Amino acid sequence: MNKISDNRAWWLVLPVFLLVAFSALIPLMTVVNYSVQDIFGPGQAYYVGTEWFKEVLTDQRLRDSLIRQFAFSGAVLAIQIPLGIGVALMMPKSGVKGSLCLILVAIPLLIPWNVVGTIWQIFARGDIGLFGWAINQMGMDYNYTGDTLDAWLTVLLMDVWHWTPLVALLCYSGLRAIPEAFYQAAEIDRASKWAVFRYIQLPRLKSVLIIAVLLRFMDSFMIYIEPFVLTGGGPGSSTTFLSQTLTTMAIGQFDLGRAAAFSLIYFLIVLLISWLFFTAITHADKEK
Amino acid sequence: MSLTLENLSRTVDRVDYVRDANLTFEAGSFNVLLGRTLAGKTSMMRLMAGLDKPTQGRVLYKGEDVTGQSVQRRNISMIYQQFINYPTLTVYENIASPLRLAKMAVSEIDRRVKETASMLQIEPLLKRYPLELSGGQQQRTAMARALVKDATLVLFDEPLVNLDYKLREELRAELRDLFRERQCIAVYATTEANEALALGGTTTILHEGRVVQTGPVMDVYRAPVNTLAAQLFSEPPMNMIRGRVTDTEVTFDEYSHHALTQELAKLAPGDYWFGIRPSHIALVPANDDDLEMSMEVALSEISGSETFMHVENSHFEMVMQLMGVHQYHTGAPVKVYLPVNKLFVFDNDEQLVHTPSRILGGAL
Amino acid sequence: MAEIQLKAMAHSYIENPTGPDDYAIRQLDHVWHKGGAYALLGPSGCGKSTMLNIISGLVQPSEGDVLFDGKRVNELSPRDRNIAQVFQFPVIYDSMTVYENLAFPLKNNKVPAAKIKTRVHEIAEVLEIEDKLHKKAKNLTADEKQKVSMGRGLVREDVSAILFDEPLTVIDPQLKWKLRRKLKQIHEQFDITMVYVTHDQLEASTFADRIAVMYDGQVVQFGTPTELFEAPNHTFVGYFIGSPGMNIIEVERCAGGVRFDSTDLPLDAWQADILGRMKSNNIKVGIRPEFIEISHVATDDTYEAEVRDVEDLGTYKIVTVKLGEQVMKVRQSEEFDASIGSHIHLSFPKQWLMLYVDEFLVQGQQS
Repeated sequence: MNKISDNRAWWLVLPVFLLVAFSALIPLMTVVNYSVQDIFGPGQAYYVGTEWFKEVLTDQRLRDSLIRQFAFSGAVLAIQIPLGIGVALMMPKSGVKGSLCLILVAIPLLIPWNVVGTIWQIFARGDIGLFGWAINQMGMDYNYTGDTLDAWLTVLLMDVWHWTPLVALLCYSGLRAIPEAFYQAAEIDRASKWAVFRYIQLPRLKSVLIIAVLLRFMDSFMIYIEPFVLTGGGPGSSTTFLSQTLTTMAIGQFDLGRAAAFSLIYFLIVLLISWLFFTAITHADKEK
Repeated sequence: MSLTLENLSRTVDRVDYVRDANLTFEAGSFNVLLGRTLAGKTSMMRLMAGLDKPTQGRVLYKGEDVTGQSVQRRNISMIYQQFINYPTLTVYENIASPLRLAKMAVSEIDRRVKETASMLQIEPLLKRYPLELSGGQQQRTAMARALVKDATLVLFDEPLVNLDYKLREELRAELRDLFRERQCIAVYATTEANEALALGGTTTILHEGRVVQTGPVMDVYRAPVNTLAAQLFSEPPMNMIRGRVTDTEVTFDEYSHHALTQELAKLAPGDYWFGIRPSHIALVPANDDDLEMSMEVALSEISGSETFMHVENSHFEMVMQLMGVHQYHTGAPVKVYLPVNKLFVFDNDEQLVHTPSRILGGAL
Repeated sequence: MAEIQLKAMAHSYIENPTGPDDYAIRQLDHVWHKGGAYALLGPSGCGKSTMLNIISGLVQPSEGDVLFDGKRVNELSPRDRNIAQVFQFPVIYDSMTVYENLAFPLKNNKVPAAKIKTRVHEIAEVLEIEDKLHKKAKNLTADEKQKVSMGRGLVREDVSAILFDEPLTVIDPQLKWKLRRKLKQIHEQFDITMVYVTHDQLEASTFADRIAVMYDGQVVQFGTPTELFEAPNHTFVGYFIGSPGMNIIEVERCAGGVRFDSTDLPLDAWQADILGRMKSNNIKVGIRPEFIEISHVATDDTYEAEVRDVEDLGTYKIVTVKLGEQVMKVRQSEEFDASIGSHIHLSFPKQWLMLYVDEFLVQGQQS
């Protein structure tokens, strides 16, 4: 008689399991279903196999938006991670100043996406927006609705403003977890500020940074609302990222089969990259 | 009423935490698990408590299989290195918490909490909060919480490690007295040989997940089954010297020759390990047949009441524990004397073949 | 290397301290001589860590001065004082190899590369970690890591003192022996001022030539391990040093000596003389468990007592005896034998009987 510990606890997982089934698995299966059929109307569906996938993969429009997407996410990471670390390093360690700083830094995180879009849509306008007006006053020709580069930079700037605080807060908590003795030892070893950063702070921020990179990558890769509100994807299709292309395809053109195949590929890309990051995290933990 | 571990093993990721342990703990006994860090002390206690499941073997309580049965169902207390208390509850409520969970009558709770608190000398602190207390007081509170519910199995995982030396000494003495009258099984893990000696009871020596030796503390101390047990249960570690016995003499490390006297004469010719406790080596001979060796002082550490003298020559290194103050400079030549009747002898496989007779059969 | 002097130094973490209880360290003068091996010994909360941080410069004393070779350094940071410190938990730079860890302080000081190399190898050899030089520091065991932290202090030739803050806490007992021995050898070899903070009397006494015992923010005694053991200057030292601590008995005056319960203890003439001139009634006598003698026959100088307990600690035995209402501990050799409840006879050799008035030792002319 080999008694095993109580297994009834598994029942507690049931609600979550059902929720996930309804919210994720069933819709996902619908998408899979759509992606292999051509549907004209109720009862008029034809099995087409991998045709949609082939089409999607060769579609120039989609390729372009995929490249734009990677460029955008890359730029987001390249700016927000160092900037976030920098902000975290500058924040006071404790006391009233520290708390005040935390609140100020966290404010952009509390604003809904569409509101962020609206704020920047107005803020960056050349006529009534403070930002756009100021740039124009400095003699630079700036118009985010007309100029591709300006539109791009504005979307990027908006994202930096919105999400760098997240990176900063994560790093801040990581920095606080470093025991005081390490700084004291570095002081005694006469380490320069840079050496302290390079050999104490950065190595100890590693796991926090992996999480920050993962979150920021996934989020920026799926960005939709903010550029949609700000530029509507324009001018032309210069700020049309993957999710917007997808939406246009599915809702605008009602091209469901192609949209479904595209969604799956999109999903797989996110999954693949998240998995890469995940293994990186677990690997980092094991090394400790 | 006893707890038995039967062929118990636990392996995680091909690392053996516990290997084939067979042990029995009787009710009312105080059991010390002695071993270095990572020897398997904590793993074994977790298996006893049912916090982990063994990969092999069984845990029996009163003859009934309780392997992997959860802690909540069994009456177990555990005390850790860290002082674990509920920070938002007063000391009184901390101690009362297991009784409240057991839905005991309020008057009974009050009686027991006060009784346990006075036993551990924290009665005046009952209204305070854990974080307002010193480390020693916090650990006393954690202990009171573990003891108040009359658990049948109380597990201590190096509970005194984070305390001051003097506090350790005091709490150790208190613990020993506390458990004298109790009918529970107490298991106490430690890395320190001296702590095991001070606590008494039964000692089990663990190394790399294996049980090296188990038995009443003085039996284990006086007759360590092999060199490993001898080294682990001695602080400073027992001195070990390689030696060869022939028909006429014993030679240490092909360097120091001595005539065979007393018990050594009974040894069959061959290679042996000779062990001697640091406290048994002397600077003056006590008997004519003491083995004399010429050494040099490597370091003389004076603790006030005694001196730990590290001596060496081109062949051996030994530690001596001497009463009183002996000031020597590094490099000073000394003659040391090893009493023949205090030598432990181990064979080539490092198993004990001879116990110093005088210690076992002498004045005691 | 430097002589470190604390002049009328006191420290309080409270801004406007009013009474002595507000001080973490009460006003004191103290000198740590060049090249000495010292220990700061005391229970937690006695102020020993504060003292260490004041020496290193991590904390500035609220009163008085810290002098290095006669120069006031109160405001100087640890880096400018050239202090090295080894912490309770090993502090190593995880991302570097052992070699890089040891080289780090030298690199920061812009020491030429060739010099760094020889120096690192030299220190690694002393610490016996030469074979580990190219391992990542984070993969070392606790005692090896602690050696690396120590090594970072030792590589610097300009270091004025090395401070140790309970450096052996995380080390297994068997290895503690080895590391302590290593430390002592390093001290003999390098002749650096070392201050070692600990609560463990054995660590303190085996490492240090002289020990400062701290209690309640004061240094109650500064002396060699033998002095602390044989003539504790304060009842706390008696209690704290030795295992078990000194037997301390509250007594009252009587003719020619002191008395507790119905037991009269004669004192030396000079002790009785000094006691007669003092007003305080807070009188205690102390005697170490090691110095009480037990015999099975009564003489004029012995007191009959009952054996309450005999603890076998392997190399020796601790006998608990009851004399009147007073419980005492006596240390005996491992051969000692007596059954519980039996009666034995104690004697207290006069030279080991210490007299304390208001907790401080009454010292004669000869000492």
